[in-house]
Amino acid sequence: MATRVIMPQLGESVVEGTVVSWLKKEGERVEKEEALVEITTDKVQTEIPSIASGVLLKILVGEGETVRAGTTLAWIGEPGEVIPEADTGMSQLHAVPAAAATSVAGTVPISEAARDLGFISPVVARLAKEHQIDLTQIKGTGEGGRITKKDVLAYLEQHKEVAVETPAWETRGGGELFRLPEAQPQTSPPQPSVALQGDILIPHSAMRLAIAEHMTRSKRTSPHVTTVMEADMSAVAAHREAHQAQFARDGVRLTYTAYFISAIVTALKAYPQVNSSWSDEGLVVHQAIHIGVAVSLGEEGLIVPVIKNADGLSLLGLARAIQDLAERARSHRLQPDEVKGGTFSITNHGTSGSLFATPIIPQPQCGILGVGAIKKRPVVIHDAIAIRPMVYLSFTFDHRILDGYSADGFLAKVVSVLENWTEVG
Amino acid sequence: MPEMTLIEAIRQAMDEEMARDPEVFIVGEDVGKRGGVFRATMGLYDKYGEHRVIDSPLAELSIVGVGIGAALYGMRPICEIQFADYIFPAFNQIVGEAARMCYRSNGTWSVPLVIRAPYGGGISGGLYHSQSVEAFFAHVPGLKVVIPSNPYDAKGLLKSAIRDPNPVMFFEPKKGYRLIRGEVPEEEYLVPIGPAKISRFGRDVSIFAYGMMHYYALQAAELLAQEGIEAEVVDLRTLAPVDKTTILESVKRTGKALIVHEDNLTLGYGAEVAAIIAEHAFTDLDAPVRRLAGPDVPGVPFSPPLQEWFMPNPQKIADAARRLAQF
Repeated sequence: MATRVIMPQLGESVVEGTVVSWLKKEGERVEKEEALVEITTDKVQTEIPSIASGVLLKILVGEGETVRAGTTLAWIGEPGEVIPEADTGMSQLHAVPAAAATSVAGTVPISEAARDLGFISPVVARLAKEHQIDLTQIKGTGEGGRITKKDVLAYLEQHKEVAVETPAWETRGGGELFRLPEAQPQTSPPQPSVALQGDILIPHSAMRLAIAEHMTRSKRTSPHVTTVMEADMSAVAAHREAHQAQFARDGVRLTYTAYFISAIVTALKAYPQVNSSWSDEGLVVHQAIHIGVAVSLGEEGLIVPVIKNADGLSLLGLARAIQDLAERARSHRLQPDEVKGGTFSITNHGTSGSLFATPIIPQPQCGILGVGAIKKRPVVIHDAIAIRPMVYLSFTFDHRILDGYSADGFLAKVVSVLENWTEVG
Repeated sequence: MPEMTLIEAIRQAMDEEMARDPEVFIVGEDVGKRGGVFRATMGLYDKYGEHRVIDSPLAELSIVGVGIGAALYGMRPICEIQFADYIFPAFNQIVGEAARMCYRSNGTWSVPLVIRAPYGGGISGGLYHSQSVEAFFAHVPGLKVVIPSNPYDAKGLLKSAIRDPNPVMFFEPKKGYRLIRGEVPEEEYLVPIGPAKISRFGRDVSIFAYGMMHYYALQAAELLAQEGIEAEVVDLRTLAPVDKTTILESVKRTGKALIVHEDNLTLGYGAEVAAIIAEHAFTDLDAPVRRLAGPDVPGVPFSPPLQEWFMPNPQKIADAARRLAQF
């Protein structure tokens, strides 16, 4: 078994060192405790004694190179002994003659998998398993070159197209996703050759393709029907006004979205068949209530993180969950499983000024509630005209599952919860 | 909102509760005419009289014993132990009687008692005025243990403690009494006993702390932010019952946990937090769980350099969190 020579940590605060000179050549014999390599840090220059007797098989870090403490500098062993291959990858950068590598490696083909990955933390092991990642493909930036959670997440981010199936849908007015399915990009590749003079081709991002695929599939799968009601938001606005400061002290921004989700949860409990999925065997009515919340990423697209078990959260809990998921969605720090498993969804198209829309159902859910912009409008109450903050709620549902009667019952319940808001946050 | 010190918020909580409920009374050493050695009860003797703000003999066993008896008769006593260091004569009353009463009477009797005690070092108090005692009591089922880190929480939590039907240990970081200031609303509010609070969001490392150490942890996070390290700070606030959900949520986000307390390391409260994380968030961990705590010596030393050596501070917390972030 070959022995690894590493860059030692020459002091508590010293994290890296520079190889000044190798005192032995590759292939030369070295005895234990004999001076092997000269190292310098910003503070000291030291001769490092060999930790084993044998032949200096391979030097991985050349003179003048600076590396982190813990990095493999060289291998010592018996002549002809095989050393783990991955570490030699670095040596190519230092232009070590290829002949040296082959003479050491002999005839044994060296597999990438043989690379010693160092310490694998539990979360790295779990993520690797969940996403079927080959860790040898990831460069470690942690202590001693360890692969950190962030390294794995960064790798996943780069390879997003395979890692995340984005159940996203588009609600911003006039987008291509409002086109008929036939007009959507299908399996046929883009045809730049038929483009008119001066046209430019923008390649689809992975997210754009995922959105396109999902919208098309949803429109084909469920017969969409949208029903619209309006709600007087006076009670909610008053409650929000009174509790905003209190929530802010807990570091939470109290948004209207929290109220809408809370109202949806109450209505789903009253109309459990809305919290369901169509299947050929029968209607699957979900016991858990997981609410998908559409978060716009601007031109990049849209992602729908899911608030798991929303029925177990208070208004504060909902507001906190929304804030956390939205922040992480915008900074691309969502975990892949956080955009899966929704049983009902909400999209707040009102934030971009839309009054009402006909959102597309995220499959395999039964429905989605679209929330328009809250605007003060004159309304007639007891034959008098009053000015009230009003909102249009558009509920798109799968007509295979619901008929207008029950869908309107559900939507009326959402309206009634909002208009009679009494819950103490 | 008016700004006030930690001690003012504590005084205001007691004042409001005494005005609200005639069953609330205070008993302790020097709490009456003198208004307490830290002035926590200043003015209350004049306002509510000697029958509701009672100067006790120097006998902690009797302070708590009197409190338990009164509580069993439906009153709402607040027992002040002048320094947490002196709580041990009352240990049997607290652990053997108050904590068990509800359980052993099958819920027939309960002890709505609050025991307030200033704890902690860094005030040159030496061995008899600097100790942390929370771990002894957090170990005992039947007791709630609360340690506030700021005036808002201190007032809201103390009011909740006074209204709680069961015994609550309320430990106050005495170094922060006049050092820690914050806004406290004029209107009535309560802070519930139980939930921890994420007081600063970050993604690189979670720092769990309470009391004075939470105050320092926020300062450490500020230092780290200048280096580009985003530390999340969690104020545990209530040590018993412990808010596992918030602890695990935070670890799930950062994958790295540092627990800070000034109580000594071995079998301190950090051991329990570390165990909760190891048991329920193992596959979320990206680094070993680490603790920064007072060293295992019999007390906070009096000598200034030795006290400095003993106490965690923002610099030490930042160093430990930085090492963990770089792991």
